Amino acid sequence: MYAFNYQRPTSLADAATAIQAEEAKLLGGGQTLLPTLKQRLARPTDLIDLGAIPELKGIREADGGLEIGAFTRHAEVAHSDLVKRVIPALASLAEGIGDRQVRNMGTMGGSIANADPSADYPSAVVALKATVTTDRRTISGDDFFTGMFETALEPGEILKSVRYSRPDKAAYAKFRNPASRYAIVGVFVAKFGADVRVAVTGAAGSVFRAEAFEAALAADFRAEALNGLSVDADGLNADIHASADYRAHLVTVMAKRAVEAAG
Amino acid sequence: MANPNGIGASVRRREDQRFLTGRGNYTDDFKRLNMTHAVHVRSPYAHARILGIDFTDAAAMPGVVAVLTGADMEADKVGSLPCGWQIHSKDGSPMKEPPHYPLARDRVRYVGDAVAVVIAETREQARDAAEMVVVDYEELPAVGSSTRAVAGGAPLVHDDAPDNVCYDWHLGDKAATDAAFANAAHIAKIDLVNQRLVPNAMEPRAAMGEYDQSNGEYTLTTTSQNPHVTRLLMGAFVLGIPEHKLRVVAPDVGGGFGSKIFHYGEEAVVTWAARKVGRPVKWTADRSESFLTDAHGRDHVSHAELAMDADGNFLALRVSTLANLGAYLSTFAPSIPTYLYATLLAGQYKTPAIYAEVKAVFTNTSPVDAYRGAGRPEACYLIERLVDVAAGVMGMDKTEIRRRNFVPKEAMPYQTPVALQYDTGDFAKNLDIALPLVDYPGFQQRRAESKARGKLRGIGFATYIEACGIAPSNVAGALGARAGLYECAEVRFHPTGSVTVFTGAHSHGQGHETTFAQIVAERFGIPIENVEIVHGDTNKIPFGMGTYGSRSLAVGGSALVKAMDKVERKARKIAAHMLEAAETDIEVKEGRFTVAGTDKSLGIGDIALQAYVPHNFPLDELEPGLDEQAFYDPKNFTYPNGCHVCELEIDPDTGVTTIVSFAAVDDFGNVINPLIVEGQVHGGLVQGIGQALYENCVYDEESGQLVTGSYMDYCMPRADDVPSFTVRYHEDQPCTHNPLGVKGCGEAGTIGAAAAVMNAVVDALSDYGVTHMDMPATPEKVWRTIRDAAPAPAMAAE
Ligand SMILES: Cc1cc2nc3c(=O)[nH]c(=O)nc-3n(C[C@H](O)[C@H](O)[C@H](O)COP(=O)(O)OP(=O)(O)OC[C@H]3O[C@@H](n4cnc5c(N)ncnc54)[C@H](O)[C@@H]3O)c2cc1C
Repeated sequence: MYAFNYQRPTSLADAATAIQAEEAKLLGGGQTLLPTLKQRLARPTDLIDLGAIPELKGIREADGGLEIGAFTRHAEVAHSDLVKRVIPALASLAEGIGDRQVRNMGTMGGSIANADPSADYPSAVVALKATVTTDRRTISGDDFFTGMFETALEPGEILKSVRYSRPDKAAYAKFRNPASRYAIVGVFVAKFGADVRVAVTGAAGSVFRAEAFEAALAADFRAEALNGLSVDADGLNADIHASADYRAHLVTVMAKRAVEAAG
Repeated sequence: MANPNGIGASVRRREDQRFLTGRGNYTDDFKRLNMTHAVHVRSPYAHARILGIDFTDAAAMPGVVAVLTGADMEADKVGSLPCGWQIHSKDGSPMKEPPHYPLARDRVRYVGDAVAVVIAETREQARDAAEMVVVDYEELPAVGSSTRAVAGGAPLVHDDAPDNVCYDWHLGDKAATDAAFANAAHIAKIDLVNQRLVPNAMEPRAAMGEYDQSNGEYTLTTTSQNPHVTRLLMGAFVLGIPEHKLRVVAPDVGGGFGSKIFHYGEEAVVTWAARKVGRPVKWTADRSESFLTDAHGRDHVSHAELAMDADGNFLALRVSTLANLGAYLSTFAPSIPTYLYATLLAGQYKTPAIYAEVKAVFTNTSPVDAYRGAGRPEACYLIERLVDVAAGVMGMDKTEIRRRNFVPKEAMPYQTPVALQYDTGDFAKNLDIALPLVDYPGFQQRRAESKARGKLRGIGFATYIEACGIAPSNVAGALGARAGLYECAEVRFHPTGSVTVFTGAHSHGQGHETTFAQIVAERFGIPIENVEIVHGDTNKIPFGMGTYGSRSLAVGGSALVKAMDKVERKARKIAAHMLEAAETDIEVKEGRFTVAGTDKSLGIGDIALQAYVPHNFPLDELEPGLDEQAFYDPKNFTYPNGCHVCELEIDPDTGVTTIVSFAAVDDFGNVINPLIVEGQVHGGLVQGIGQALYENCVYDEESGQLVTGSYMDYCMPRADDVPSFTVRYHEDQPCTHNPLGVKGCGEAGTIGAAAAVMNAVVDALSDYGVTHMDMPATPEKVWRTIRDAAPAPAMAAE
């Protein structure tokens, strides 16, 4: 790790000021950023720890859905009675992230801001028609993820909270990487009345919606409705753990499992 | 009254108090006044010429004390890291033994090869400066795998090792084997890869060197499984330090699995540098360095054939193996794919003729050496996979073909065609115990139930035998070992009756501090609390050979018994004197010395006191003191053996394998501490399962870059990947040639498990016509195998 200045502001406004410093970085739970620093792959001058800012914390019921502060740890979401009652699929997604240590430190905001193609949360943001609030504006979940490790956030913009809509039914099915336990493929299926969303993470450079799956499920919300459907392997991720065609295959399998789990 | 903490008691590990409360003392925990920190500059290339090293900027960085290179070592006449075992090729020529310098001199040969060391006030400063060292490399074509190494025209890792061959060795009777094949009714064949593994001890390697100018003494504190071996190799061959001026301490060590047997360059670097900079120098590997530079394990590519008669009796086995030794010869590397592998190819079977050829090659990868099991898991995996293929060829039940070919108990001691003589073993009994544990008759029904749920169920058997407690020095010496293989112990009674034991074995997770104390407590009838076990310091203990190859109890424990015999003999003399009886009239039981036929007796505590307060000793007959030392050189290897059974389920939609149950039945001879034995078996099984399903060290064949250099890509097995194990052992077949009747249990789990799992995977896929799959059985590999299988099972059933 290279040396850096450590700051721990207690308000969002102070954090917004601090992050203006050149080469400053926001620190969430540190589960992505700290390993990067330890390996000397980044060299920020300042780390702005978001852990002492009340505006970034907490889980509330809002508009029938949930509003979750950016600095909410994965374990808090996983164990929240409110989340389990309103959107149980979201609690189970959080429970499936990494391992216990990672869940006790990592934050929802950090995960979403980081936009790792294998992260779990992006699928929920897209499938649950979420709205992302920052210190500057609100951004539709549909527009938030713009590419691999890329989001609509501008430099220095702080993710404040995410508002998730409450679906009638939903489930998240993950095929985890046996080594890292990130998603090789994760599929979040959510049903809102006649409308169905199927968001896929892990498979490509960024989360995407499987529109053919959505149409089929809108007509018939059963796993069998996905028989014969698949996503194109072209352009999907490939690595030593999973080739593109295996990932394409897993998208269908996980989508079916999510539909079955959603009931 | 039996000692509650004696032999056979499941005493909880005494060392765990300090480990579990964070009070262990590991090498990196040691701090010295004025200590400096070393960071190595390592090659990013698998193969390159070093054209120059510019460290002007690095040397000027804050806190930098020195930047040292291979040229500095050369100027100081630092030698090459020696190899401890010499193999001769078929044609009688000695193996190729290219130099291996602690800091590379003009060429680097694997990613991670050290080219310079930066020494600074803090570790971070050393790292900062290491990044500023500019090495001018001319990249050379690299060899990333053993198969590429022997492909015609491959680049040469060492100019003086043509075709990259270190040796081309063989064992067994080729003519007899060929003749048996010519007459065989059936032949089973297999091609398999035993993939390379990274050891991944929890504690990374570390070393701290110190030099005392006032008396010329060096101290190396290091993560070693055998500090005396390191002292001998480093002192005599690398740095030229006489042994009385060199102390090597291996304090608490957080796991080794073989990877900490070897003498590594960093140990020599910090010891040498400590004198150069006049201050203690410490180096601790980070996890990435561990991946890159710890000696790796396995890495065999083999072809094997088994000849059978019309009834499935094994007639002959023919094996040809290509073994990857990496870029340089690690300390015991040459012995692993030869004498610790091919000699085990008889397995539990009475195959009359065996012939094995092993070609060992250099590649531009990290050195490969012993890793838990060391050669024996490779042998077991090959035999047991081949036997399953043979069962298929014969249409025989997999347990039946094994049973038919077992060396029967009555044939013990049994001379195998590959050099070893098994002393005891009842292989049929292991199987008899195992089968009810797994309800073998009920398997077909369970398989059908799985199928109804869309899952594929398989059961796999593996029997194993290993040669442990390595070994009689004269035999090892004849086979090329450049060291003796005995063990030492010293038993020191203190005046008040407590005991300190000094053992040359080293504990880095095995629990010696408990088991060795149990043996002493039992023998002398004293509380276990009164016994302390000291190990790991060359200034405290006699010359010890350390711990590896499941040898501690079989060899070190035997030395301990020998030393206790001497103590008892001496104590008997003292008792005779004190009780005014003839020595021959003294009866000894659990530390109580009684004049036969009387109630006159003394306890060992009273005797110890007298030994140190010899007010009326007849000094020309009786020396004061009660402190005895012994060396034990075994008469033979020991032969732990067992039967492992794995049952698992495969999800054909995803290719994911889930182990449903795993039973291990082992014969370790007599058991000192069942709790520790069970723990050793559990750990071993998980390591074997790890190889079968998860772990795989991948180098890019062409560039020689390590692809799996972190836990993001190198998959370690975790607690939730394995089921609760069923572990049984029997003590019917104690070792016949050591005083405790023990065989060793440290590696057994790893040896049998991988084969049992893979046999179960292949069994689960048998409907698809699958007869073999290389490890690890990753989800994609399994899924692809099913997808590509033709015909599909429904059609196959027609
Ligand atoms: C072993 C391991 C396993 C893991 N497994 C999984 C898994 O299975 N699934 C999964 O989804 N993830 C996994 N992760 C990642 C984990 O979920 C991280 O918590 C997450 O990626 C980052 O969150 P963090 O709070 O730790 O953020 P940090 O590491 O602190 O920050 C990550 C990035 O986000 C930025 N950032 C943080 N907070 C904000 C904010 N409020 N506004 C704007 N930018 C911000 C930081 O500047 C940084 O660039 C794993 C991590 C590890 C170490």
